[in-house]
Amino acid sequence: MTEGCAAPPGGVPLDGVDLSTQSVIQGVVTRGVDRPLAGAYVRLHDASGEFTAEVPTDEAGGFRFFAAPGRWTVRTLAPRAEPVDRVVVAQRGVVAEVEVTLPA
Amino acid sequence: MSRESVLVSADWVEQHFDDPAVVLVEVDEDTAAYDKNHIRGAVRLDWKADLQDPVRRDFVDPGQFEALLSARGIGNDDTVVLYGGNNNWFAAYAYWYFKLYGHRDVRLLDGGRKIWELESRELVTDAPQRAAKQYTAADPDLSIRAFRDEVVAAIGAKNLVDVRSPDEFAGRLLAPAHLPQEQSQRGGHIPTARNIPWSKAANDDGTFRSDDDLRSLYGDAGVDLSTDTIAYCRIGERSAHTWFVLHELLGVQNVKNYDGSWTEYGSLVGVPIAVGDEPGVA
Repeated sequence: MTEGCAAPPGGVPLDGVDLSTQSVIQGVVTRGVDRPLAGAYVRLHDASGEFTAEVPTDEAGGFRFFAAPGRWTVRTLAPRAEPVDRVVVAQRGVVAEVEVTLPA
Repeated sequence: MSRESVLVSADWVEQHFDDPAVVLVEVDEDTAAYDKNHIRGAVRLDWKADLQDPVRRDFVDPGQFEALLSARGIGNDDTVVLYGGNNNWFAAYAYWYFKLYGHRDVRLLDGGRKIWELESRELVTDAPQRAAKQYTAADPDLSIRAFRDEVVAAIGAKNLVDVRSPDEFAGRLLAPAHLPQEQSQRGGHIPTARNIPWSKAANDDGTFRSDDDLRSLYGDAGVDLSTDTIAYCRIGERSAHTWFVLHELLGVQNVKNYDGSWTEYGSLVGVPIAVGDEPGVA
């Protein structure tokens, strides 16, 4: 992991990751209530509003971040949609789930 | 140096699809995105497989770079337009790399793959067939590349710009927040470094901010651009983005990218490290 730095679509899988040491924020972006949206750009901003990371959603609309404990804002950009913000609190050892629904 | 000679718009790319002097190149850390789809006519460069030595931690040498570009059908006189995912991080790294090996006309697609996708522009799956060319690389231009000893000597003497996120700078995160936080090196930053995240130079859609905004960004953070500047991040691609801003957009000449960056510095024995949000003292 020391070599790469890129964000794969959907974020890095949890396989083999010791969740007790991580503060995970993950979720799904949908267009309307039930249509997963691939290729949306999900941006993580810290409590001061500063950008921290970004991942494109995978085929299932999924995204994942490995944050630090605290309050974060998840901002979603997608074609033909206004940006949508969701506030989420990350805690060590907990997977925080976020649902982002864009207008159909 | 002008913005037009180093940066092109998505419209410009579409207008030059059939221009034989323009080679579009997608650059990513892995090429899964390219394999899925890409801009019409684009060839690919794999940041890891093509641009990193397979054994040592270093660049490919001039001979390997020549063989790579020749095989991809890129000539010395071509206008190379680079783009990629991750807000053009790896494309900016490749830009810096092309400059290191003396390519004359290389440009970035402003906004990279992201703006192309957000604007729902056409993406294709067919890979172009380009006839091989004979590429000649110049000797590496080390005036734009910093090594570790120079970085240690720069503490308190030159501008050090840490372009990682504030949490990485402070040592609260050891990697970008899209990666698991399990790294071998220590957390923190090089003492005296100013934290000006690469992302402050970009809009949400990945395009660069205006020259006036960019000048204010570094000036307001207390970076005197008449002094030598070294930019770093974790592996040197985000700081290549900032190198591009300073050296290519703003025309500041005495700027180097430290591609060893935090994965090297944070593993060195005996060097000073500052933790927390303040730059720290020399």
